[in-house]
Amino acid sequence: MKPLAALAAAIAAMAVAAPGTAQDFAIVHATLAIGDGSDPVQDATVIVQGGKVVASGKDAAVPQGVPVIDAAGKWVSPGLFAALTDLGIYDVDAVWQSNDTSAGEAPFSAALDVAPVVNPEAQNIKVSRAGAVTRASVVPRAGSSIFAGQGAVIDLGADPDPIVTRRAFQYVELGETGARLAGGSRMAAYVSLANALAEARDLAERERNDDVLLNRPDAAALIPVVNGEQPLYVHVERAADIRSALALRQDFPKLDLVLVGASEGWLAAREIVAAGVPVIAMALNDLPASFEQLAASQSNVGRMVDAGVKVAIGRFGDMNQPRYAPQQAGNLVALNRIPGAAGLSWGEAFAAISSVPAEISGLGGQAGVLRPGAAGDVVIWDGDPLELSSAPLRVFIDGVEQPLDNHQTRLKERYRTPEEGELPKAYDW
Amino acid sequence: MKQFNTVLLAAGALALSACGSATGVNSASGAAAASDTQGPYASTYTPYPGVPTALVGATVYDGKGGTIEGGTVLFAGGKLVAVGGPDLAIPEGFTRIEAAGKFVTPGIIDIHSHLGDYPTPAVDAHMDGNEMTDPVTPQVWAEHSVWPQDPGFSRALANGGVTSLQILPGSANLMGGRSVTLKNVPSRTVQGMKFPGAPYGFKMACGENPKRVYGEQGRMPMTRMGNFALNRKTWIEAREYADGDREERDLAMETLAGVLDGEILVHNHCYRADEMAFVLDMAKEAGYRVSAFHHAVESYKIADMLREADACSAVWADWYGFKMEANDAIPENAALIHNAGACVVIHSDDENGIQRLNQEAAKAQADGRRMGIEIADADVIRWLTLNPAKAMGIDAMTGSLEDGKMADIVLWNGDPLSVYSRPEKVWIDGALLYDALDPQRRPVSDFELGQPGAGDVK
Repeated sequence: MKPLAALAAAIAAMAVAAPGTAQDFAIVHATLAIGDGSDPVQDATVIVQGGKVVASGKDAAVPQGVPVIDAAGKWVSPGLFAALTDLGIYDVDAVWQSNDTSAGEAPFSAALDVAPVVNPEAQNIKVSRAGAVTRASVVPRAGSSIFAGQGAVIDLGADPDPIVTRRAFQYVELGETGARLAGGSRMAAYVSLANALAEARDLAERERNDDVLLNRPDAAALIPVVNGEQPLYVHVERAADIRSALALRQDFPKLDLVLVGASEGWLAAREIVAAGVPVIAMALNDLPASFEQLAASQSNVGRMVDAGVKVAIGRFGDMNQPRYAPQQAGNLVALNRIPGAAGLSWGEAFAAISSVPAEISGLGGQAGVLRPGAAGDVVIWDGDPLELSSAPLRVFIDGVEQPLDNHQTRLKERYRTPEEGELPKAYDW
Repeated sequence: MKQFNTVLLAAGALALSACGSATGVNSASGAAAASDTQGPYASTYTPYPGVPTALVGATVYDGKGGTIEGGTVLFAGGKLVAVGGPDLAIPEGFTRIEAAGKFVTPGIIDIHSHLGDYPTPAVDAHMDGNEMTDPVTPQVWAEHSVWPQDPGFSRALANGGVTSLQILPGSANLMGGRSVTLKNVPSRTVQGMKFPGAPYGFKMACGENPKRVYGEQGRMPMTRMGNFALNRKTWIEAREYADGDREERDLAMETLAGVLDGEILVHNHCYRADEMAFVLDMAKEAGYRVSAFHHAVESYKIADMLREADACSAVWADWYGFKMEANDAIPENAALIHNAGACVVIHSDDENGIQRLNQEAAKAQADGRRMGIEIADADVIRWLTLNPAKAMGIDAMTGSLEDGKMADIVLWNGDPLSVYSRPEKVWIDGALLYDALDPQRRPVSDFELGQPGAGDVK
């Protein structure tokens, strides 16, 4: 084939595989999880038009001409929001050529921006999409300084544009990791942070002089942080570190803080509530994995929620895959039956992997919830979404039905029986 | 990231543990010792006292594939006395526990753990799982690295119902050393946890880890062909030693001779199908058997060969993509292995995963169901009980609910394949060592005493 013809054929082939446009549809007779913390509703309806949810609940009437999907015996929920992931920024984690999570040898830190790096064709995006994750925040790993750089909010749609919010937040390490990166002590981490924010403030006021530690891009990147225009995610685990992180606002009152980790958050829950700062925590940490997590417990999230803290389940990276979010939420429901433990109600648990992380990520009311005006991110499940035996049957993002196949599904089909057939397995595709 | 690095190495290690034969000071008596009740560093574990107990009315999964609805499980003197239906008579003097609506399984067994040799807190001073000074270290024994105060043991008990577990050396080395099988009963000493009568295991590792660790040092092995060359060379030396008079003490050779004698069971970390096929040929060439491939994410590609070789596959439910040799991992792996008639074991290799082996099995079962492979709940429970017991050589003693076996039992407050269920009570050799309803019946390690959160529900 001539090059031009080949190109045309390739584009035609891609067009076949390209995602559809937003469909109007109504899902009826489903068990509905709205995602806002409420209990599931039986025999409910969800209506999506123009890529948005227009109605949901028992009494929603399906407009004339909107195609209906009968979901009797099935569940419907908003797509999951996975807070703090490495989606789309590596192919194989340990293969450095494929991995953009960290830039330890770079001269930049706070200025790093994950948005241009996210690859919507990455397998971890496809696998997570098949696991009902429709939106996520993506965060770099800190490499050369306590600042990891700027995270993004993405959608997992099968289209060329994954970015929902570029430069959605800045991420800083202040616990044991921050101590190591800053030169060997938490003391240095706090000085580094205070100095960096001060240099950003100076730069904003055009008072930058030669006596600076940060390069200009890093200092400039921190201006919206110090002005409170860009959230600052602070990774701390120990109760004492949580209190010190909250105290940063004494010197920098505009900081829009989000606590990350907070394995000992239950010991500082009152202070966190008083500060009005939300938390993104791992659900099932219960080991003293480090000296800053001595009081870790699976009841951490439940106790913080009981105290009034806004808590999302998150920190999905490495082996902790975003598609595990429902399992983790389900485990917190199970805790309710253990005397002395603090779990979540089903509605709270589902919200912790849908509307709450969406709110913390700046998409309150727009994602992670099936309320009018929210994105048409809808999942139809074959059962209770938090149960181990359940899986998504259909996934919609912005009203567009999504493909659920990936490298894994193709391998599964090829090796349904292991023996070679009349031709080698390589011809079976 | 720390956890990730640990896993990479832990996953890479090959557990090659030789039994106690010829390792004792007195090799004449040690030569026949196939278990850790004899030889040096012998088990001092003795069961704690229990009361004769009848669990009545539960759904019982017996661990060998059977289900009894409204079952009755009787145990006394540390042993199972009888397992039957509602009509089974309860002898006088048995404490009756009403368990209708609850579930009973054998104690959960993790065939691949690094509790104790990669304990928490995961500080440098605790990194005792990989003797990364030589790619061939059959002379090291994992038990000498185990810290019995690792808080992870208690979490595995309370949240996972784990009653027995194999602690392996890591995967940095081709031949990483002997494993040790423990009862999950807290003790001041490792000997006090050693499973009486359990054979040793031997950890070996394929693939990326050994060649990376030593290749970066400019040493052999730098390649997969180097991996095999060094393994084969070592097996030739081991055969010479084993066929000789064995009088000269050589800790490495004693372990390898134990493997060739069939007394020490080979646990081979190996991800890729093509490498497993080579290992099976190497085992034939050298004259040993592979008991289980660990982290065998590509077993589904050669499940027929693994069935013929009678080698188990110890697998996660759905880990993938963390390293090149895990790139073809699929969630249907366990179901496809089972469907081909080969042996599945669900393992953890992780201090968190060990707390939820039942959940991992449930996910793997559901992934199979969605591609049309139906596997009964009772068969899935076998993946966590009798199958690992068999691959660890302890199936005559534990792993199923059968008369005369150890009373290693979990009472679950619901279906163990549901996310909403947790262990309610766990007995080991008939002693109640965890009770969710009794805050005092919960182990707290020395490390945790006086620290924030000590004795919390965790």
